[in-house]
Amino acid sequence: MSRETLIDLLYLFSATTFILALKGLGSPKRARMGNGIAAVGMLVAVVATFFKFVDGHALHHVWLILLAMFIGVIIAVPTARFVKMTAMPQLVAIFNGVGGGAASLVSITEFVHIKATHPATYVTLEVLLGVLIGTVSFAGSAIAFAKLQELMTGRPVTYPGQQILNGVFGVVALALIITILVTNSTALLWILLALAFILGIAFVLPIGGADVPVLISLLNAFTGLAVAASGFTLGSNLLIVAGTLVGASGILLTRMMSKAMGRSLSNVLFSAFGSNITATGDGVREDGRTVRSGSPEDAGVLMNFATRVVIIPGYGLAVAQAQHVLRELAEELEAKGIEVFFAIHPVAGRMPGHMNVLLAEANVPYEQLLELDEANSELQTADVALVVGANDTVNPAAKDDKNSPIYGMPIISADLAENVLFLKRSMRPGFAGIENELLYNPKTMLIFGDAKDTLTKILATVKNS
Amino acid sequence: MGNVLLQYATVLMLTIFVGIEIIAKVPSILHTPLMSGSNAIHGVILVGSMLILGAANTNLEEVLGFLAVLLATLNVVGGFVVTDRMLEMFKAKPKTAVKKTEEVAQ
Repeated sequence: MSRETLIDLLYLFSATTFILALKGLGSPKRARMGNGIAAVGMLVAVVATFFKFVDGHALHHVWLILLAMFIGVIIAVPTARFVKMTAMPQLVAIFNGVGGGAASLVSITEFVHIKATHPATYVTLEVLLGVLIGTVSFAGSAIAFAKLQELMTGRPVTYPGQQILNGVFGVVALALIITILVTNSTALLWILLALAFILGIAFVLPIGGADVPVLISLLNAFTGLAVAASGFTLGSNLLIVAGTLVGASGILLTRMMSKAMGRSLSNVLFSAFGSNITATGDGVREDGRTVRSGSPEDAGVLMNFATRVVIIPGYGLAVAQAQHVLRELAEELEAKGIEVFFAIHPVAGRMPGHMNVLLAEANVPYEQLLELDEANSELQTADVALVVGANDTVNPAAKDDKNSPIYGMPIISADLAENVLFLKRSMRPGFAGIENELLYNPKTMLIFGDAKDTLTKILATVKNS
Repeated sequence: MGNVLLQYATVLMLTIFVGIEIIAKVPSILHTPLMSGSNAIHGVILVGSMLILGAANTNLEEVLGFLAVLLATLNVVGGFVVTDRMLEMFKAKPKTAVKKTEEVAQ
């Protein structure tokens, strides 16, 4: 067997591990093993590549390659290991961004490298698509990171003529690609690169913080497609398979996420959702109804008399780092024979499944986690619904108010329970910037304060009674 | 060349369907690890980056290739480590909470 055939066989093995890994992610028990299998496949592919011949010779610059890898490992491992779980979404965004950047660089370098040989038009087209998609993903991920890390405002950034301007950018990019196909000009390639960069930023700016997870998923798919494009250029089945897998699955995941919010993907991307803040945040409705507030002790007593409690956590829980206290409270209630469930909205947190990860980290058994439909049927017979750090995902306006921007989003119907305890830091509206009717419901009692403090006090009350 | 292109297009087509089939069955609680895991997998661009730097003839190609390998390594290593860290939390736990309830019930 020739050396090249052996390397190709190893690549085939790697591609298979990637498919198995994604399949493994279908069950919580096999997921971790799946990820490990893909890592092994990746290692095999990388080692095999060191023995590959390019342009008829063994790889040059082996030490440079090793040096770049060494620096990469030194930066990536501690970052990935020690960043807090709440910061996971922005971490995924940035790792995705650098992947897009790498795909773009590969395409640019290949263009420079093969230019003298007057490549076929379709080869140049693959290169240009790789540059365009990869760079958009890179720049877009950087802005998504900045939004989630709160380096810039999480609200949509809009300006007059934004959609038209973005359209113009798109058309110019297309015109540039056609011109480069004809002229093979390197100078124009740099202009395309700059334009793709601006396009990536302009595309992400009008997307509000609440929608950024959907965006990251889409950019993840973009990077996959850029990798697949590089695979065409380099003639690598491995890159085509891996890139396309990620591209196809990423686009499907993006659609599933938009659906969970009851909106279409184009609505998520182009409607600058959350830019109209309708909530006043003063705790009084126009018709004079006010909120009812209570103390953590009141809440503790109420829960003691319950037989079934449904906890509805949101991102605020993670911000307050209160998931461990919440788990203790749940255990304490269970020890008293009270049934406890956690109702998880698909978009609770900042990414789909983010809340599950946070609760799993706090050792909440996943048998207690209910998905939307189960949660709503349990709530009908629940005595207490405890809302911790959630807001938009329990807003009844999504069911009742046709004019509400979140109308149509499936929600957790906390108001089905006998009593609603709403833990809140202030009257400030949620991520979508809209008033929550649930706060003014007569069933609802608000407990103001930091979620962790409040839960600690509730826990003490439950323990002592 | 036309035949090679057709062969790549075939692979592309089939992979799209495989990707969709596999993902359609993933439960929503695993969506975040899934996103992160597929993020690590597109880090396979590292292989492309190595080939690019390994074939570099000019200083420009060397600089671009070096950057590509560096960024791709960040993607691969960061992606797998973050995913592993998330999935670590899904391992089966002793059901102490459930037991306690049963004890109380008895």
